[in-house]
Amino acid sequence: MAEYNSSLIEEFSDIWVFCEQRDGKLMPTDYELISEGRKLADQRGSKLVGLLLGGEGIEKAAGELGGYGADKIIVCEDPALAVYTNEAYTNVVCDIVMERKPEVLLIGASNIGRDLGPRCAARLHTGLTADCTHLDIDMNTYVDFLDKNSNVDVANTDFKMDDVNMKMTRPAFGGHLMATIICPRFRPCMATVRPGVLKKADFDQAKADACEVEVVRPAINAADIHEKVLEVVKEAKEVVDLIGADVVVSIGNGASKDVETAKKLAQELADALGGGVVGSSRALVDAGLMDADRQVGQTGKTVHPKVYVALGISGAIQHKAGMQNSELIIAVNKNETEPIFEVADYGLVGDLFKVVPEMIEAIKAVK
Amino acid sequence: MKIYVCVKQVPDTSGVVAVNPDGTMNRAKMPTIINPDDLNAMEAALQLKESEGATVVAVSMGPPQAMEMMRELLAMGADEAVLVSGREFGGSDTFATSQIIAGAIHHMGIGEGDLILCGRQAIDGDTAQVGPQIAEKLHLPQVTYATDIKKDGDTYTVRRALEDGYMNIQVKSPCLITCIKELNEPRYMTVAGVFEADDKPLTILDYPALKDEPLIEADTIGLKGSPTNIFKSFNPPVKGQGEMIPGTEKEMAAALAEKLSAKHVI
Repeated sequence: MAEYNSSLIEEFSDIWVFCEQRDGKLMPTDYELISEGRKLADQRGSKLVGLLLGGEGIEKAAGELGGYGADKIIVCEDPALAVYTNEAYTNVVCDIVMERKPEVLLIGASNIGRDLGPRCAARLHTGLTADCTHLDIDMNTYVDFLDKNSNVDVANTDFKMDDVNMKMTRPAFGGHLMATIICPRFRPCMATVRPGVLKKADFDQAKADACEVEVVRPAINAADIHEKVLEVVKEAKEVVDLIGADVVVSIGNGASKDVETAKKLAQELADALGGGVVGSSRALVDAGLMDADRQVGQTGKTVHPKVYVALGISGAIQHKAGMQNSELIIAVNKNETEPIFEVADYGLVGDLFKVVPEMIEAIKAVK
Repeated sequence: MKIYVCVKQVPDTSGVVAVNPDGTMNRAKMPTIINPDDLNAMEAALQLKESEGATVVAVSMGPPQAMEMMRELLAMGADEAVLVSGREFGGSDTFATSQIIAGAIHHMGIGEGDLILCGRQAIDGDTAQVGPQIAEKLHLPQVTYATDIKKDGDTYTVRRALEDGYMNIQVKSPCLITCIKELNEPRYMTVAGVFEADDKPLTILDYPALKDEPLIEADTIGLKGSPTNIFKSFNPPVKGQGEMIPGTEKEMAAALAEKLSAKHVI
């Protein structure tokens, strides 16, 4: 292996996506990252490669990723990779990155991706930007993004138009500010990306058929692995698909006097709006009144449904960070000065326990 | 057994946020707190100290003002507190920060049976990167997102939270574990603790003290040693004020339903 030096940036090429699997099944984020990776590879004029680690037979899952835009999938197969361990995965990912030298490496910001990413970046001597919500390589695309999504006076700002560093945008300081980060001196440029933020492309069978799959059998030395997974337990809890829902109705502090009733009303309203799920502000989750997997916001989930309804939610920046890109926002709150009304398309001032039953009835009457 | 607990003083981003004219956060004007997840790490260390016997060392990197937080950690029950502080360390990203903290821990010594506990992530950056990167620099195994830690000799059994459940992982010390709020309920400092804290060692490790550490090199610390740079920071645009719908509950609901119908939402 040629000596690896992360500062020789001209030696690095291609966009790579780490594709996570659990129980031999791909994670939804894999499709989002491959779809986004395709755009980046097109901006850069390079290839898009998926990196999939797993146990025997995992290569069967690989071809599907091509349907979202991957040119090639590198499959690292070994029984020791069936279940995630930090050491085995870090060793395999770093070895192949050092050998093949990708320019960009994207990882889903799941609990596993956020365990693996930083460790790899430290070993590879490169930068990692956590929890990105937007990525660009081409400067024109980035300037266009800034123009639409920021207060930056783009026309009067100088940009180096031939800059090809990946520009990684994420919420900073608890979502009070957005920051774009670059990693100009080292490669690969690494980012973890928030699940549910980037849009998945349409599946294309012809692309899936054309995707090359290379199976690699990595050398894994049992003596290098110090952690032992005793068991993996799936919790039989109600699965809430906040991220994929068309309608999300969230409740906040205004619901705290009777959360059960508010939850019921919220679900009925979501159903009247065409079917959806109930979300929550951080306050109710912290108070133990709602499950953490329903939390919308900077520290919870990012959603962009067709309709988002905020019931009794004040609209702290943390919450707005998770829902402000919804297509249509309706807010109900007793206090007309709450910041949630700044992002709402329609604002209704009133007690949610009185307003929501009327909303359900009126919507049913119009339908 | 020595337990290092890595802590960070952070601006309290849950309250009112002070903003500079250029849009950056005015840290000087904001109240500071001990990063919440780090308190869970400290509590876990103190519980291990009570059941197994251990020396608990709180380690932080930050400006001299963080000394106040270090005293609070001593009052909570830490035996020693070490603040890594120096102009040379300023502007560090997660890569450079972990390089420095790993260098400081190596300087103080980490051996058989020792443990490093961190919070999962700090609320000002939300990266969750420094813990794993310290582990890598010190060549230690890591377990992140711990919701339960059991010790049996030099073996730890850690329950690690996943989005769809959890995994139980066994790992031998020395190792690094990052903690989340489900792990425990952090204790408060006591009046007696505050008095005892005055007699406990509180040290500053500056650049001259650490410069001979192999991990501390001019090109791996501070702003210069940070692989990532801020290219631009900005505020999202203010969305045009939406429409407030007036009337009684019934009138508001009916008007909203009409508008949603006109937009073909329903």
